Amino acid sequence: MEYEVVIGLEVHAELSTKTKIYCGCSTEFGGDPNTHCCPVCTGMPGALPVLNEKVVEYAVRAGLATNCEIARESKQDRKNYYYPDTPRAYQISQYDLPLCAHGHVEIAVGNTEKEVGITRIHIEDDAGKLVHDGYTGGTLVDFNRAGVPLIEIVSEPDMRSAEEAVAYVEKLKGILEYIGVSDCKMQEGSLRADVNLSLRPVGSEKFGTRTETKNLNSFRAIARAIEFEIARQKEILDAGGIVYQETRRWDDETGEGYATRNKEEAHDYRYFPEPDLMPIRLSEEYIQDIKNSLPELPESRKNRYVNEIGLPEYDADIITSSKYLSDFFEAATDICKNAKAVSNWIMTDIIRIAKEKGIEYNELPFSAENLSRLIMLIDKGIISSAIAKKVFNEMAESGENPEIIVKEKGLIQISDEGAIKEVVDKIIAANPQSVADYKAGKDRALGFLVGQCMKEMKGKGNPQILNKLILEYLNN
Amino acid sequence: MITREDIKHIADLSMLNLSEDEIVKYTENMKEIVSFANTINEVDTKNATESAFALDTYNVFRKDEVKESFNREILLSNAPSTNGEAFSLPGMMN
Ligand SMILES: [Zn+2]
Repeated sequence: MEYEVVIGLEVHAELSTKTKIYCGCSTEFGGDPNTHCCPVCTGMPGALPVLNEKVVEYAVRAGLATNCEIARESKQDRKNYYYPDTPRAYQISQYDLPLCAHGHVEIAVGNTEKEVGITRIHIEDDAGKLVHDGYTGGTLVDFNRAGVPLIEIVSEPDMRSAEEAVAYVEKLKGILEYIGVSDCKMQEGSLRADVNLSLRPVGSEKFGTRTETKNLNSFRAIARAIEFEIARQKEILDAGGIVYQETRRWDDETGEGYATRNKEEAHDYRYFPEPDLMPIRLSEEYIQDIKNSLPELPESRKNRYVNEIGLPEYDADIITSSKYLSDFFEAATDICKNAKAVSNWIMTDIIRIAKEKGIEYNELPFSAENLSRLIMLIDKGIISSAIAKKVFNEMAESGENPEIIVKEKGLIQISDEGAIKEVVDKIIAANPQSVADYKAGKDRALGFLVGQCMKEMKGKGNPQILNKLILEYLNN
Repeated sequence: MITREDIKHIADLSMLNLSEDEIVKYTENMKEIVSFANTINEVDTKNATESAFALDTYNVFRKDEVKESFNREILLSNAPSTNGEAFSLPGMMN
């Protein structure tokens, strides 16, 4: 049978506040176990939580940037569950009055654009970390992450494929980075997603039974876990079986998902209003101030790149998906005034280098200034594009100023007609057959001759002049 | 009305193994607690605004300023078992 895939995501993002959500402990990543802790974040009896005002501000920023309505009146609730990473035996979250609701973002997959609805965004605290103790076989608990503020962004079940789900998370990541509320470092777990997925026969209105695969912390894991779960549910349904509503985990090493034991998910959270924390009331003025302080968002930058600069939509989409890349693009364009060239370098070599090295764009070793220097060397005819590729690779290793690379390696383009003519004469004399071929109408012979000359000049010949001189000879 | 099934369910959520005697005892205890809490239902709230809080207080916030964390030794001193750096539990993983 043909099925339609229905996917909704819950994305958790750690907010980049200096301190935890309810106490003054630092949120800094790393640190010796239990050194960023106090009675509040380790759940000691009688400790009183006090809400960090930045958490509210950041959540409202995220809500406004994703077209949400902001609640004028909101509160926090206890979500009760018993697990050793949660020292109070409850998480403080928001139940019926989240800070933000009814938003949406635009995503693009291939040439199709669609809107993904955002049901709600609420604030909550992160849990501690359980570490297996190889020594005793026991479990060690580190509460450094306990109490780090999170926003949970819950989507509508609007996605229909792994590609759409990944595009959605990429879009959210871009937005959160732009507005500076989360560093979104997926490998440190500061952005992670739970995938709700079900299948239904094509044409059916009714949703199938969904499963929830929790805690995916890379785009690759999200895509693979979704493909796995689609195949698993399809096989069950095709065999006439029943998909059970269950919580699942993804093992990135084996490439398989598995159901968590039933006991662990006997969830009955018994939410009730958190009596230690007073309600949140936001004024029109407060919300308007945050709205005014939002930077230009990826969507708007993208439109500007397409309409004002003339970049292809796809390129504009890729560049604006990362704040770093987009800032890099603007800074380099500002200097060299050649937006198309900057965009081409980003779309080809910069993306390639980041992939090859397995690094984030902000870890690239060279600056926007150095890329624009490279582009200006080409634009002024000092180096050829072929040589520029070599200089780029060099720059991607050392981060060195391309002007210095070119000087040190003697890569300056030869534009002197006399010098080029010498080479042309030599190559033509050595290849009478190619000359005859060209005159007999075989255009390919021209490319061969140009290539031979370039080789002789170690790639440094000015290609326009070289072409001109060879053609002058051949057409006489 | 609290039943023994409610007590077993709550015990499950809290990961507690209760004996048959304990189930009987806690069912009775819980009945008393709930009936005491029910006293509040007798108050006439026809003209009261709905609220989850007794005080009309809101926006109690803290500035995002780092304070020194607690001494780890003191934090861990309440725990029945530690390795000197972390709280130590029976094996939860695998
Ligand atoms: Zn703390």
